[in-house]
Amino acid sequence: MKLLVTFSKKAGRKPIIAQVVKDTGVLINVERALIDSSEGEALIDIPDDMCQIVREKMANLGATVRLLDREISIDESECVDCGACVSICPQEVFYLDGDWKLSIHQGRCVLCGRCITACPHGALSQLGEP
Amino acid sequence: MEKYSRCMEKSIALINERIRDGNAHVVTADQMPAIVAELGEEGALAEVDVVTTGTFGAMCSSGAFLNFGHAEPPIRMERVWLNDVEAYGGIAAVDAYIGATQQSDTQGEEYGGAHVIEEFVSGRSIELRAMSKGTDCYPRRTIATELLLEDLNQAVMCNPRNAYQRYNAATNSSDRLLHTYMGTLLPSFGNITYSGAGTLNPISNDPKFRVIGGGVPIFLGGGKGMVIGEGTQHSPGGGFGTLMVTGDMKGMDPGFVRAATMHGYGVTLYVGVGIPLPVVDIGVVRSTAVRDEDIEVDIMDYGIPQRSRPSLRKTTYAELRSGTIELSGEDVRTSSLSSYRRAKAVAVALKEWVVRGEMLMAAPTRPIDPSRVARPMHETARTPRVLDIMDKKVVTIGQDELIREAAARLLKGETNHLPVIGDEGKLVGIVTTYDISKAVVNPSKGSKVRDIMKRHVVTTTPDEAVDIAVQKLERYNISALPVVDMENHVIAMLTAMNLGKLFGGRWLK
Ligand code: SF4
Ligand code: SF4
Repeated sequence: MKLLVTFSKKAGRKPIIAQVVKDTGVLINVERALIDSSEGEALIDIPDDMCQIVREKMANLGATVRLLDREISIDESECVDCGACVSICPQEVFYLDGDWKLSIHQGRCVLCGRCITACPHGALSQLGEP
Repeated sequence: MEKYSRCMEKSIALINERIRDGNAHVVTADQMPAIVAELGEEGALAEVDVVTTGTFGAMCSSGAFLNFGHAEPPIRMERVWLNDVEAYGGIAAVDAYIGATQQSDTQGEEYGGAHVIEEFVSGRSIELRAMSKGTDCYPRRTIATELLLEDLNQAVMCNPRNAYQRYNAATNSSDRLLHTYMGTLLPSFGNITYSGAGTLNPISNDPKFRVIGGGVPIFLGGGKGMVIGEGTQHSPGGGFGTLMVTGDMKGMDPGFVRAATMHGYGVTLYVGVGIPLPVVDIGVVRSTAVRDEDIEVDIMDYGIPQRSRPSLRKTTYAELRSGTIELSGEDVRTSSLSSYRRAKAVAVALKEWVVRGEMLMAAPTRPIDPSRVARPMHETARTPRVLDIMDKKVVTIGQDELIREAAARLLKGETNHLPVIGDEGKLVGIVTTYDISKAVVNPSKGSKVRDIMKRHVVTTTPDEAVDIAVQKLERYNISALPVVDMENHVIAMLTAMNLGKLFGGRWLK
């Protein structure tokens, strides 16, 4: 299960992720982290059954947590199966199947967003539970 | 005996007779290699009557002539916009040409002529705005109205250059992410992009233009169309033939007319084009047996901003489609920009038309020259080179000199940039007024120039085009470039000031 954790500068001073690991004993896999002067954002992967406890803990520590249940999402009505997204994805999420139709490997996406701008047909977007 | 003579040659009339009778044997071009391998050339000629081809990819050189009909009171439209995208209005009073790559005045690369065309074909309404100076016969000065495709008298797609025979693949040697018409190119040969339907491509199945030519019926954007003749920049002598094509937009299908945006480059239109090839003789059998393996293209380095980009190696569509290509010992991933799946859908749709007798074959009424080679632009004005405007008065400093000395030289030379010279007189770094000020405030780093200089120096050469040098200044957000010779000796400086003075600021954004 992937969670997108956003924390403000103030909360960011505290090592939120480390704190949650310590308190819950859940192993958190940080897939991507972007921290600048005012805001921090981290994409983490955790075991599904630990989702609730990790979310609560993080929220208590002042972070906003968004559940990303869909990874990258393909709008089938816009996609033309060109494959322009295939070679630019660092996680090799996309591939063309035996019928040259675009398919994805579930669970690999780290939501770096590169494919969203690379798709000429605006078919890719980042969806998640708000 | 009858069968034998039929094998040597088949007339278009005979093929059409079979199509009308519902007896024609039609296959898609990707099936031909196997058919010829199994039946032999003569066998394939006897067996197959029509081979359908197809391609679906970005075809920037596309657009449509539109006729809006006359308003009351009438207007002679001089400037015309469709959903804020300007169309060319310099043709009579109520005609316009909407070009696919024209961008919206308000939405930039997110919306353009291609989107207007796709929306018309999808049945959505488009806002027409037009202006005129007003004349005695056409008094009206402005108009604004909502139009559907069905409201137009004519909407004729007319694409000056479509269906490229093949297209060179692209990669990027530079250390920057590039956004090109060949899509996103990752730095340091991070990926390879390509375009084209290979074995299904119309011209690759008839590279000598024996059955493709002006007047031949085609599939265009899901509707019926026709080849006009050779396309602009037609260069079949080098393997890059193109076609000019036309078709009625009113019969088109949005599945085969799709607007797209190449991020950082602009708007383009993906168009489906397919041509049915009558199998009239062994020549057509042979040319339609072409496989992805047989169609070669070069891999070009888009990291080098010149018309004559170097080719890194040759490859084939088979290799490109495999997903990875070896480039100097590394496996590099490939991506297509055109859709093979939809190219196949074009060929299949075309096959169904022929099988159902909805499209008959026709010989070209206007042959296309299979040997032409397109020329580059004839430029009468020489493009300005760095040489023309660089400042030959250059003040430098040695890397072992004191920072104090650098400060003095900056002051005396009235410059903000000091190229730093190493032992062999070659460029090794650069210091700016800012670096020196920092060193004064924080002297802990050392007292010599080498301790504070920037070692990564962006340079230019005397024969580089000024536009390219300006791109470097903008990209790295710097205000001066040392001009170096082949041995990396600094021979001049190019600063934003040189540009400003000489060209009245035209080069700077
Ligand atoms: S780049 Fe976009 S249109 Fe092309 S295959 Fe990927 S998602 Fe589909
Ligand atoms: S967001 Fe990044 S990791 Fe996810 S599919 Fe797109 S390119 Fe791949």
